Amino acid sequence: MWDYTDKVKEHFLNPRNVGEITDADAVGEVGSLACGDALKLFIKLDEKKERIVDARFQTFGCGSAIASSSALTEMVKGKTLDEALQISNQEIADFLGGLPEEKMHCSVMGQEALEVAIAKYRGVEAPKHGHDHVETEGEIVCKCFGLTDIFLKKVISSNKLHTAEQVTHFTKAGGACGGCIPKIKELIAEVMGEEKKAAPERPTKLTNLKKMQLIQETLENEIRPQLWADGGDLELIDIDGANVQVAFRKACAGCASSGNTAKFVEQKLREMVSPDITVQEVQG
Amino acid sequence: MKEIYLDNNATTRVDERVFEEMRPYFCELYGNPSSMHFFGGQVQKKVDEARSRVAALLGALPDEIVFTACGTESDNAAIRSALEVFPEKRHIITSRVEHPAVLTQCRNLTKRGYRVTELNVDGNGQLDLKELEAALDDDTVIVSLMYANNETGVIFPIEEAAKMVKAKGALFHTDAVQAVGKIPLNMAESAIDLLSLSGHKLHAPKGVGVLYVRRGTPFRPLLVGGHQERGRRAGTENTASIIAMGKACELAHLHMPEEAGRVREMRDRLERELTALIPNTRINGGGTNRLPNTLSIAMEFVEGEGILLLLSEKGICASSGSACTSGSLEPSHVLRAMGVPFTCAHGSIRFSLSRFTTDAEIDAVIKELPPIISRLRQMSPFGREFLNK
Repeated sequence: MWDYTDKVKEHFLNPRNVGEITDADAVGEVGSLACGDALKLFIKLDEKKERIVDARFQTFGCGSAIASSSALTEMVKGKTLDEALQISNQEIADFLGGLPEEKMHCSVMGQEALEVAIAKYRGVEAPKHGHDHVETEGEIVCKCFGLTDIFLKKVISSNKLHTAEQVTHFTKAGGACGGCIPKIKELIAEVMGEEKKAAPERPTKLTNLKKMQLIQETLENEIRPQLWADGGDLELIDIDGANVQVAFRKACAGCASSGNTAKFVEQKLREMVSPDITVQEVQG
Repeated sequence: MKEIYLDNNATTRVDERVFEEMRPYFCELYGNPSSMHFFGGQVQKKVDEARSRVAALLGALPDEIVFTACGTESDNAAIRSALEVFPEKRHIITSRVEHPAVLTQCRNLTKRGYRVTELNVDGNGQLDLKELEAALDDDTVIVSLMYANNETGVIFPIEEAAKMVKAKGALFHTDAVQAVGKIPLNMAESAIDLLSLSGHKLHAPKGVGVLYVRRGTPFRPLLVGGHQERGRRAGTENTASIIAMGKACELAHLHMPEEAGRVREMRDRLERELTALIPNTRINGGGTNRLPNTLSIAMEFVEGEGILLLLSEKGICASSGSACTSGSLEPSHVLRAMGVPFTCAHGSIRFSLSRFTTDAEIDAVIKELPPIISRLRQMSPFGREFLNK
């Protein structure tokens, strides 16, 4: 049994706004029977056609898919179409008090249905999504679920995903035969590379405080997620000038290759923070 | 809320009689059966009695019984042993619907250069022995096929398969975790070399299993160390659980015909009523020989997790063959291998009964499930389309 929040359970057991709007201004449909989840979203606008006054849904899917759909319909009411388009899948999950990571694709489905509905209403081409299972823009990466590189890169970037497993939880890509996982890893590296290029240049001279902050940020955002992917972890013990002391945890603790991992950490910190950094593994 | 437990293929309640049998072996008779003194000796006698009781249920000899920690260990030990005994042979045969204890191991072995053939099943989940015959060659070291499937209850023609395999000179192993205690087995008249079973599937505790090793079958232990289990499985015996396993097997042996008949009647009634009350259902494996306690029913246009959560609200525990309950993203490998259409596979629910299941519990499921399916179909875009036709 999944560890659902009380709010997820409440929205699953007593979903709000189930059904259809016969004179809906916009309808967005994503998903399929093959995929295992699908959502049909109906939206009704006010007389001025500015704000959403009603939203209803029909969902085929698991408990979190139904709860996410219910949450979405509650969230969009009273918003303009532009405001509604700003709702991210993370906000849908947050509204429910969080979703298990393996279920994040349910919140992505809600966001997709909303985009499709609004695009159709505006008479512009509806964006193609992973849940549609149709030929979409870009190159198909996951053949099992019909997901393209453009779609996957968008989800990787907007949700700051670091591992192929996370991409699977958010999109389903790689969740069946697993043959596309190497390609997903390439896409993650590509997105991280693009974001790095876009990031502001590191200042040439760092104060001690800035250096310490940057070391902590790099460990948290760049290094630890990669160790988690292999069941490991590390803890920052101390920073003394350019000397960074870390202790390895979980699978990394006592691992025969911890020396190589320490070198990796050092290389990453030199690249992201300062070329004079040395990393020392300590017991702590 | 009183729970209605219909997930007995996952695990079973420990029978009170089994628990009473094992109880003294924690705080009173806690000797190590390997010790030379009288205190350990009396425990050893009880372990030997358990071995005889397990052997009696299987129609085997006591010295063919090796106690292990679980069905998975037994499966792993059987296959690894065969590979060590015949290192020159590199071909393994199994089926696409095996339990992960066998399937994952076999797939991992391909990375070590082994050739693995996974036999297909038909729409009923049944094996085609001609495919097995065609797959067998001189390089085949072991064939591992489950006796009965944990999801559908489908019983494979294991005795015919074993004879075919033996004629070709390979070893034959069967994962009989779901079959033992539910249908009669007789190793004395069988060609099976190795057979796995698990205590917690037949009202013994979790953490004890058995590997049957036919007398004369070459064997290399998975766990090495002490001389326990005549050198075939090192490690201090899980004594109380082994004694419990013996009692559970004795009870199964004594009561199987009566229990199997009663359970089958309840299962059949559940199947009949649900099929009549819920349109667009199909029984997975319904067209072939099945275990008496298992019902895998597929309901179109709904997803399994939603059904399970709503059943759970009514105190009913079942299992799903859908993706979302398991953490994987595709419907179960068993249903996919059977070619169950996606419209059904996502909405498959497994009810598995036991000796403790009552008619009143079956009545409750018959009352509660149809409105749940109706509610979810009303909520589903595909279900609404279907209902509006």
